[in-house]
Amino acid sequence: MTAAQEAINRQTWKQRLKTYKRTPLSFVLLLLVCLSAVITVGVLVMLIGYILIRGIPHLTPSLFAWTYSTENVSMMPALINTVLMVLFSLLIAAPVGIASAIYLVEYAKRGNQFVGVIRVTTETLQGIPSIVYGLFGALFFVKALDWGLSLMAGAFTLAIMILPLIMRTTEEALKSVPDSYREGAFGLGAGRVRTVFRIILPTAVPGILAGVILAIGRIVGESAALIFSAGTIAAVPGSVFDSARTLSVHMYCLYSEGLYTDQAAATAVILLLIVIAINWVSNFVAKRISRG
Amino acid sequence: METSRYKVLQMRENAMHVLFLTAACASVLAVGLICIFLFANGIPAMAEIGLFDFLLGEKWKPGNDIYGIMPMILGSIYTTAGAILLGVPVGVLMAIFMARFCPGKLYKILKPAVDLLAGIPSIVYGFFGLIVLVPFVRNHFGGDGQSMLTASILLAIMILPSIISVSESSLRAVPESYYEGGLALGASHERSVFFAVVPAASSGILAGIILGVGRAIGETMAVMMVVGNQPRVPDSLLDGIRTLTTNIVMEMGYATDLHREALVATAVVLFVFVLMINLAFSLLKRKER
Repeated sequence: MTAAQEAINRQTWKQRLKTYKRTPLSFVLLLLVCLSAVITVGVLVMLIGYILIRGIPHLTPSLFAWTYSTENVSMMPALINTVLMVLFSLLIAAPVGIASAIYLVEYAKRGNQFVGVIRVTTETLQGIPSIVYGLFGALFFVKALDWGLSLMAGAFTLAIMILPLIMRTTEEALKSVPDSYREGAFGLGAGRVRTVFRIILPTAVPGILAGVILAIGRIVGESAALIFSAGTIAAVPGSVFDSARTLSVHMYCLYSEGLYTDQAAATAVILLLIVIAINWVSNFVAKRISRG
Repeated sequence: METSRYKVLQMRENAMHVLFLTAACASVLAVGLICIFLFANGIPAMAEIGLFDFLLGEKWKPGNDIYGIMPMILGSIYTTAGAILLGVPVGVLMAIFMARFCPGKLYKILKPAVDLLAGIPSIVYGFFGLIVLVPFVRNHFGGDGQSMLTASILLAIMILPSIISVSESSLRAVPESYYEGGLALGASHERSVFFAVVPAASSGILAGIILGVGRAIGETMAVMMVVGNQPRVPDSLLDGIRTLTTNIVMEMGYATDLHREALVATAVVLFVFVLMINLAFSLLKRKER
């Protein structure tokens, strides 16, 4: 809006009050809208506040000891497992997700039937509840492939779960690369592969990264899909075919055993801090897209 | 010389094309495998129990080999309906606020706040429900606090971000001329937003609500911590109940044989629900385009 337009559109409080007196409905609508904003923000503040108040007093250094025991339910092994789980899941899902997004955006022709099928399946994957993923992991990776409750089974289950997220964000990032970049590369005689790897991917990196970071958030927060695929052993696994509990599963176990509610609260604080950090980083990275 | 180099390049192009295509097949393969393994493990159990006994049976007693999931189906539907009733008005109004009412500076705070609400793990939501909502319901409404009402309130909070973000983007997609036309006809800011912009975005808003329904019906851990988990047909809002998702997560750890398969069959029912919701969501999104 230009300055002149703003000057025309400016309303004094008196004018506004007059409008509201004339049409009380407008005032009611305004109140409702503001009220819902207050509720939403209030709920978030309350949520974070209660978790912090309940958890921080129990956040003792002994909770970060290297080993877990029933006397000291340390979350350190679970923290390390979470990092491992994130690494393995991303190692599986990120290349596949990015490659399929490249196919959809750069290779597939418009109106391709197969693209429609992929769209429907990714939308389906996105809507499947995490417990169904967990059950599938238990039936397929744990039993049918006989991997047992293991880090590997959990990582593959989560990889399927975050695949649509990575695909969608990568697709959007690729689409936001201007066509002139492609035309320029083709015009200079580069092939499709060269164009993708040298021109398009480097430009789209911030967007892809923002999606990957969101996926990390999903992995860190996931519990229902992991209980029956990665199991609940609270130790750093010796191999990828050993069971490993992540931080969220750790919190669930502490809660369900009923004895460690205070420690569960402390774990909740750590989880919350991780999620806030991840969201912040993702926002920060995503902002770089618009800056170019 | 030149031709052989050209051939190598061409081969590289084709190889990468095939590689990308293969990767694109991964999601199709995943959905195929999920369907096959769920149905192959769940349908025999349904056949053994009897489809109608399974779907319409009102008793779930694995000890006596009685598997009826009617209470859980009702539980899922009731809690989801409650969540929609509580969450949709707040979510849609919040989306309108973010798209049309809030000043730019405030938006810079609100948007990350809503994103954060979406990112909080469900187990943390569950814990919040346990330490805040359960005592609240117990003290103000009676009962023991772990109830359908508590789960609905918690789910209403959890589906807010889905509803807000989908509705907001569809509100922003409405052409500015709709709003300006409203103003030009003498309507106030609120009136032109609510009676010109919102109706134009209605299919997008509906898509957001359906997405919220999908979230609510599939939520597991948070619901488990506040819903009470008694497998019965509820008489009142303050009764503890069990949903399809919590039924699986509660008993999967120790279930064997037919019991285990009955739990997989529960997942099949849940899966079919979710597929229907997804279908509705995609149809609406297509329509919006």
